[in-house]
Amino acid sequence: MSEVRQYELVYIVSPDATEQDVTDLHTQVEAITARLHGELVKTENWGRRKLAYRIGKHREGTYVLEVFNGTGELTKELDRRLKVSDLVIRHLIVRIDEALGVAEHARSRRQSIAQKRAAKRPPRPEGEPRKIRDDDDDNDLAEV
Amino acid sequence: MNGDRRGGSASKSRDGGARGGSARAGNDKNGPRRSMFRRRKVCKFCTDKIDYVDYKDVRLLGPFVPERAKILPRRISGVCAKHQRLLQTAIKRARQLALLPYLTD
Repeated sequence: MSEVRQYELVYIVSPDATEQDVTDLHTQVEAITARLHGELVKTENWGRRKLAYRIGKHREGTYVLEVFNGTGELTKELDRRLKVSDLVIRHLIVRIDEALGVAEHARSRRQSIAQKRAAKRPPRPEGEPRKIRDDDDDNDLAEV
Repeated sequence: MNGDRRGGSASKSRDGGARGGSARAGNDKNGPRRSMFRRRKVCKFCTDKIDYVDYKDVRLLGPFVPERAKILPRRISGVCAKHQRLLQTAIKRARQLALLPYLTD
């Protein structure tokens, strides 16, 4: 039993496909995930988009994004099924948990550094301005 | 270091107290004509605090693949090494999904 990880799947459905085909594909993906003990986290339909280059004879396609938790076997099965499917003209499965973890780590680290810095800085007493000279001409520090 | 980064364009107006001083003197001699090109570049991803470069975000990646659709080298864009690495994989993934072109002519 391999480990459960988070993956992201994007597939491009051929522009000839109907709405029904797209939802059918989605339910198929759902079924495969359920069968292999995975869990769909998020689905997004980006709708029809222009492709940056031609794939086969197509110039546009419908993009669908699915985020799921599952094992390597699940990705393998999805990959195989999408490859076989005629309606899907391109697909990509990417593991994202690791990258998101790194990003999360970086964010929390930056936060803790900011906090430490704020703690180090001596708290400025109210009403007393910082040590700046009143060089500008708006006279806001004239009374000090 | 901070003063160096701002590269003496418009931002130096009010707080005249802390000048960069000697390091900038040579640059100033060359006149304002050169200073445009000499501006210190900063990593866009560091300043915007982007930790995860998403390959789905074409608007973000777009500026890093100019006309010819090659990846912009970081000596030009000023992106730091860490983020250039992330950017590189993101662009390559976006290309696989036809979100970005491999080449244009």
